[in-house]
Amino acid sequence: MPKDTGIGAAVPRTEDRRFTTGKGRYTDDFTVVGLHHAVFVRSPHAHARVTGIDKSAAEAAPGVVAVYDGKQLVGDGVGNLICGWAVSSKDGTPMKMGAWSALATDTVRYVGDAVAVVIAETKAQARDAAEMVEVEYEELPVVVDATDALKPGAPQIHPEAEGNLIYDWEIGDAAATDGAIANAAKVVEIELVNNRLAPNAMEPRAAMAVYDAGTDHLTLHTTSQNPHVARLVLSAFYQIAPEHKLRVIAPDVGGGFGSKIYIYPEEIVCLWAARKAGVPVKWTADRTEAFITDAHGRDHVSKAQLAFDSNNRITGLKVNTVANLGAYMSLFSSCVPTYLYATLLSGQYVIPNIYCDVKAVYTNTVPVDAYRGAGRPEACYLIERLMEKAAKELGVDPGELRRQNFITQFPYQTPVIMTYDIGDFSQTLDAARAAADVAGFAQRKAASEAKGRKRGLGYSCYIEACGIAPSAAVGSLGAGVGLWESAEVRVNPVGSIEVLTGSHSHGQGHETTFAQVVSDRFDLPMDNIKIVHGDTDSVQFGMGTYGSRSGAVGMSAIVKALDKVEAKVKKIAAHVLEASEADIVIEGGAVKVQGTDKQMAWHEVGLAAYTAHNLPEGMEPGLKEGAFYDPTNFTFPAGCYICEVEVDPDTGVVTVENFTAADDFGQVINPLIVEGQVHGGIAQGIGQAMLEHAVYDESGQPLSGSYMDYTMPRADDLPSFKVSTHETFCPGNPLGIKGCGEAGAIGSPPALVNAVLDALSGMGVKHLDMPLTPRRVWEAINAAN
Amino acid sequence: MPKVSMTVNGKAVSGEVEGRTLLVEFLRESLRLTGTHVGCDTSQCGACVVHVNGESVKSCTTFAAACEGAEVTTIEGMANADGSLGTIQQAFQDNHGLQCGFCTPGMVMSAADLLKQNPDPSEAEIREWLEGNLCRCTGYHNIVRSIKAAAAANA
Amino acid sequence: MYSFDYVKPSSLQDALDAISGGGQPLGGGQTLIPTLKQRLAMPEALVDLTGIAELKGVSMSGDKLSVGGATRHADVAASAEVKAKIPALAALAGQIGDPQVRNRGTIGGSIANNDPAACYPSAVLALGATVRTDKREIAADDYFQGLFTTALEEGEVVVGVDFPVPEKAAYQKFVQPASRFALTGVFVAKFAGGVRVAVTGASQDGVFRWSEAEAALSSNFSADAVPAAPVADGMIGDIHGTPEYRAHLVQVMTKRAVAAAG
Repeated sequence: MPKDTGIGAAVPRTEDRRFTTGKGRYTDDFTVVGLHHAVFVRSPHAHARVTGIDKSAAEAAPGVVAVYDGKQLVGDGVGNLICGWAVSSKDGTPMKMGAWSALATDTVRYVGDAVAVVIAETKAQARDAAEMVEVEYEELPVVVDATDALKPGAPQIHPEAEGNLIYDWEIGDAAATDGAIANAAKVVEIELVNNRLAPNAMEPRAAMAVYDAGTDHLTLHTTSQNPHVARLVLSAFYQIAPEHKLRVIAPDVGGGFGSKIYIYPEEIVCLWAARKAGVPVKWTADRTEAFITDAHGRDHVSKAQLAFDSNNRITGLKVNTVANLGAYMSLFSSCVPTYLYATLLSGQYVIPNIYCDVKAVYTNTVPVDAYRGAGRPEACYLIERLMEKAAKELGVDPGELRRQNFITQFPYQTPVIMTYDIGDFSQTLDAARAAADVAGFAQRKAASEAKGRKRGLGYSCYIEACGIAPSAAVGSLGAGVGLWESAEVRVNPVGSIEVLTGSHSHGQGHETTFAQVVSDRFDLPMDNIKIVHGDTDSVQFGMGTYGSRSGAVGMSAIVKALDKVEAKVKKIAAHVLEASEADIVIEGGAVKVQGTDKQMAWHEVGLAAYTAHNLPEGMEPGLKEGAFYDPTNFTFPAGCYICEVEVDPDTGVVTVENFTAADDFGQVINPLIVEGQVHGGIAQGIGQAMLEHAVYDESGQPLSGSYMDYTMPRADDLPSFKVSTHETFCPGNPLGIKGCGEAGAIGSPPALVNAVLDALSGMGVKHLDMPLTPRRVWEAINAAN
Repeated sequence: MPKVSMTVNGKAVSGEVEGRTLLVEFLRESLRLTGTHVGCDTSQCGACVVHVNGESVKSCTTFAAACEGAEVTTIEGMANADGSLGTIQQAFQDNHGLQCGFCTPGMVMSAADLLKQNPDPSEAEIREWLEGNLCRCTGYHNIVRSIKAAAAANA
Repeated sequence: MYSFDYVKPSSLQDALDAISGGGQPLGGGQTLIPTLKQRLAMPEALVDLTGIAELKGVSMSGDKLSVGGATRHADVAASAEVKAKIPALAALAGQIGDPQVRNRGTIGGSIANNDPAACYPSAVLALGATVRTDKREIAADDYFQGLFTTALEEGEVVVGVDFPVPEKAAYQKFVQPASRFALTGVFVAKFAGGVRVAVTGASQDGVFRWSEAEAALSSNFSADAVPAAPVADGMIGDIHGTPEYRAHLVQVMTKRAVAAAG
């Protein structure tokens, strides 16, 4: 086998040639003859009634071809935006979804809510004219905090959701959990905030819509993680065009992290306006617009109790969470604080009783949806903060307390739906402790003390659910779609291979890793293999890339298709070479009869399939196979992260001195890429833990609406990371893959916060909420003194 | 509209620009050199970094008209004459110094300026130099490694 | 951005003519261009000063270090003359923004704008520099007049800044984590006649001299002599720091600056 390009090989990425030479093609890089530009008129108020729109000055401005508003959009039959996962309250009532029109008709509900759009010849002209659209607003009372939004008398945001409550959902056994807490030897309690984040993919969102009146056909270039889902939703729910008259292309996409899963108002409006105005329309967000329109992440407030028996074994966990979903329900917003969150609350531990109650709430803020990790970081943060707090209160080693409660028998059924298939949590704990040199910590702490600094060490033993997901299972939980993946493998007559996949790549390196799977299977050089994705005209269907699913689900579909191709190749070769199929092997670029010198070059088999001069009786010509793969279970990446920090008590500055990750992702296809995913995830997790916070003032104005106030992790905020992988192979899919895209962002925040609290434990600081900015840390030290 | 002339990647170019036309707009829209990107509007992300007269600048915070007569180099001008990747570009590929690729042109241009001034930078010096270049994918780990590798390859 | 004309004269006189015709002076544009992008300013014309050779460069004039108004931060940071005479000034210039901003931004642009979180105003004030304009010389103590406000009249151009050379000096910058401007920056300069301490980033009134610290340090130039933190009243409060935090940082950064000055 060509181990230099096969499964497990550290192959440099083939896509990098275009990216390092400036030849990547992102949505904003495309243009067409006659292109016009869209600029949106957005609400400066967080909550207001729209009492009038005067477009006349804008319509008369130079270069303007159209100014459209929400009444026109609704009048043309464009449907409201939907949330595609139905979650019911504990009393059985369905979630209360408020109407969301792509252009507001009578009420705006957050700063940035689009009210009108200007289409002009140049972007500058469109921007000039957008300022001339006069919108009359009647301001309404505002609420931005989810807990406040639930209080009696809070401003009512949607008529459909009384008291702003979207659902009051539960999971687990309340009575049994209460019993465990009542009978516990020790109960550890915590109240914490999981801070709101802005996703900040470096490429701002963009859309270019072209309407061909001759064929009544629309083409959309867009920054999407899932172009097929976009086409489906645009067709089926927003009535933009039937699927066969709408092509969606997601070309090179500059990062997503969840924020480019959703179909936003801007894509809908560009498509609708391109047809209505009869000109091609492009919209590209600037960063300011990204901050006020891209779906935010996290924003939970939780209270929890963790019960222990007298042997320090966990007996129960009770959690109450309030989740802020913003002003409208984004596409998958409902499942994030429920099925992607509370089902992971067992962590790596045997917890016989778990109960969790989640209230999802409307506020006058940007909609909140999945952001790297999506629900799982919130679960991990809660349980891992509790475990560290418990170790401190019980006076035991935090690593050993975890180990004592680890799940060691698999499969393991948690009380919150999930069945963990396999794992070895002690292995990753031991590996992380060794790599982090926990034994030498005391000495390093003493050295820090000597220079007036506080040093701390924190653990996080995370588990997550990836490989989403078995379609029937998610269907029974309310999902509006199936979460399988498709693939098609085409062997051309000259032997080169094209793999069509529904898994979109926006930084993950699929063009390399997917080709490695093919190279491995047929012993062919990477040059012979092309991965095709991101265009609904090329690939029949696919569910896209999110939830660390491309390896576990997308590659599994490819493997299924490869199985079929291999079977046909062997049949053809056996027929031509007059041998038994069972004796055919594929190696070294040839298809051979084992134990003989009879063989066909790989391309000769391709040619034989297409010339069809000598095929087995009844075999169809050609060599092209497709497959749909529907997973049988979630996959469960897990690992242990250890963070070591130094705190300057005079200023509150936290410095990450060491960060160690030991992960179990199952089979690794390309260690370079897997490590890169972990590095990036850790940086985002450290960003959440000490830098990033999307903040609103009481009137709903964003206070961190640019890089002047929203702290992105920079190179000098971070150390180099120590990462390693330790496999237990996933039994549920053909390659044994678990997924690696989100682990870093899930596992790292509690490790950092635990480390800082460890550093400050001698100063009386017992609690901190993220982000641990210098100001917050200094204030906590000050308050404790 | 006034006309501006400059040399871009060794080629003399000229075009009409407004006073408010930014260098990045001239490069992307007039010259269709779309390798230079725009990732923010407050001059912080560095996706737009190019060289003007041999020094790295943010082309989103530089007027096109200010570059009259200047020598401008963009990411499209960084490969070797035979089309092979330049040392820094190759190091980024070899060390997985990029994922989505959007920040990469700015990173490469910024790194090139660093290595010109400091051919053997320490990790701390590299991290400090990259203050004006944001990456959301890599956690910077492999970018730092790539720049170290490029420095070693140049040595 | 709104539409405007752009000119880049090569002599000061041409620039002044263009400015008197309604143009607004433009330095490196590293603050002004983002402001224009947000449509917070609507100039008729911008007069780029960075093409004027006489406004650029560093030299000794008498016992003062003279920095031309259109001299870029990168040039001040790298100048052998500055490093030799006032190393703290070179170090400060090397901490402004990022390398690309330093390759465009100018000292004249920075002090004409007088952002309350900019670095340069603290050096100009602590060193007791003189701001030279096309019309007059203005002492630093008279020049800075509050947030984004200076003694400059409409159309007046900063030609250069003349810095007295201190016995020792140091700048300590505590960065605002997102923007990397100064959340609080302190420049301490020790002269034969006494110590001057200027603080940027902290006050609602912009850069200011911390007179209590000056008095204490003039009699005993040591970190231990730095007095208690100034009162928080009048300090800036935002998501990155309360007035109390900034006041505290004034003290911490002053101590560190004194220690760094040696």
